[in-house]
Amino acid sequence: MIKKIIIGLFCLSFTSVAQAVLKIDITEGFEGALPIAVIPFQWNGAAKVANGDISAIVMSDLARSGKFSPVAEKDLIARPQKLADVHYKTWRIAGMDHIVIGSVTRQADGNYQVEFRLIDILKAKQVLGYSFSATDKTLRGVAHQISDYIFTHITGLPGAFSTRIAYVTLKRDKTSYSARLQVSDTDGYNPQTLLTSDQPIMSPAWSPDGSELAYVSFESGQAEIFTHNILTGVRKSRSKFAGLNGSPAWSPDGKKLVMTLSKDGNPDIYVLNLSDNKLKRITDHWSIDTEAAWLPDGKSIVYTSSRSGKPQLYRQSVSANAKPERLTYEGGYNASASVSADGKSVAYVHGEGNIYRIAVLELATKSSRILTDGPLDESPVYAPNNSMILFASQEKNQAVLAAVSVDGRQKQRLSFTDGEVREPSWAPVRH
Amino acid sequence: MKKILFISVLALSIAACGERIKPDDEMAGDTNDTANVDASGGATAGGIYTGGGIGGTALEGGKLVSYEKNAIDDPNNVLHEKVVYFEFDSNSVSDDYVELVKHHGKYLSFNTSASVRLEGHADERGTREYNVALAEKRAQAVKQLMLYEGAGNDQITIISYGEEKPVAFGHDDESMSLNRRVEIVYQ
Repeated sequence: MIKKIIIGLFCLSFTSVAQAVLKIDITEGFEGALPIAVIPFQWNGAAKVANGDISAIVMSDLARSGKFSPVAEKDLIARPQKLADVHYKTWRIAGMDHIVIGSVTRQADGNYQVEFRLIDILKAKQVLGYSFSATDKTLRGVAHQISDYIFTHITGLPGAFSTRIAYVTLKRDKTSYSARLQVSDTDGYNPQTLLTSDQPIMSPAWSPDGSELAYVSFESGQAEIFTHNILTGVRKSRSKFAGLNGSPAWSPDGKKLVMTLSKDGNPDIYVLNLSDNKLKRITDHWSIDTEAAWLPDGKSIVYTSSRSGKPQLYRQSVSANAKPERLTYEGGYNASASVSADGKSVAYVHGEGNIYRIAVLELATKSSRILTDGPLDESPVYAPNNSMILFASQEKNQAVLAAVSVDGRQKQRLSFTDGEVREPSWAPVRH
Repeated sequence: MKKILFISVLALSIAACGERIKPDDEMAGDTNDTANVDASGGATAGGIYTGGGIGGTALEGGKLVSYEKNAIDDPNNVLHEKVVYFEFDSNSVSDDYVELVKHHGKYLSFNTSASVRLEGHADERGTREYNVALAEKRAQAVKQLMLYEGAGNDQITIISYGEEKPVAFGHDDESMSLNRRVEIVYQ
């Protein structure tokens, strides 16, 4: 067997080759979204940069969050460029709560000065205003930061637009197989390849500081867990026991990885201490125990176990001799938990008959609700601000990523231009 | 050491074995039974022939049963079949495949220099990591049966791919039943 792998160095530049760009289509909107008008920014001393159209990026981010309904550019009733140009009464009559104005000015050194102002129409004043310095390469990043400021100011939630997502893409047919581990902005732009392999790549998981990914690669002819620094490209083999090496997830303090190993006979859950490579066994059962996710306190995990005969979710402390507590009872297949950042809820795959959908379980009440339609939805992961859940879905025989708001009312599809895309992982909010 | 030993096994239960090429497409499957090591449908009687060069022709479901070194490459030999299919969410070797797995186990016991890699697979339903674990348990069940037949532990390695490497790309029941499998790959 010939194995080809290419390890990529992640460089923070969107001039690098962007072969396959994610395209996001909003498939279902909802009526409670807040009206906002983002006026096209004025460009001074330079033509608009194609990949850095700040106001268009902000508009797209806000729409994607499900919490805003930005006015289409062609429907704008006015295009004020300065605060003094804003006619509050006109906007009030138009039913607008907020408007965003701004400018991009080319400096003598070739860089850009980006300014934006968020205006509250009811209060009739500016409520937020910032100025940034940017280069050709950082314009998109600045736009996502502006989206975060606006989102946070209005909703009170941390913004997650300037974080990143990781996912696995696959191109295959009867004779060839090419898997890639990719990282992109949360809107799918700027995709960069961290690893290319002719063997499967699975289960990417971000470190809590967003600098590293843990994942499973079969490149050596067996399952092996690696950690990979996305900035330096340096990676380390963390687990290569006989049998399974799967489902890695970083502890909230970044010091440990929980994982599934079968070296002692059956798939069980272990915690690896990264500083001294000490392994601690958490479960010991003849059935399948896997897909562990940490609760934010770092003291317990939620995992999938088939100890009742069918896969169900359990919660268990990672301390010695802890007893598992069964969390799910409805339906014959409940697996692949993702815990929200506040630790209050768990997104998971709920299978009933041949239909697999994303559901959310409230840990306090043990009540659950189904958010998606299936039929083959999997790999749910919370956005770091808990506002939505990203998941993998099957649509018209095409593997796509999709997002659903936690109330289930807003759905979006992130379609990929080329090949299959799966197993999303959303980087934490930058601190 | 050159082993000049020709062994053939005649299976008494032809009916149980003749249909095994077609995977069972039944969807329901319980996991409460573990690896089925009881060959309920296929009692075997063995005849050992030591006459060098004289080919015994034991037949099973129209196929030759013998464990000569090159038997695994003979399209007319039972050992030519190297895929074991499973029911949904089950890691039990079904009655239809117990005999096949035993033949491969016996082959390994008589050809101690041979080795296999058991590649476990699952269909696309359910979650990816659970499927990797499930497919490994399938391969473990096949290995266990082979060990009962005298295969050596060090002759068998296991890798589980879960749902990552399907052979059928459709989303229909037939495609999925073809993907729930353990492939016996001689090294």
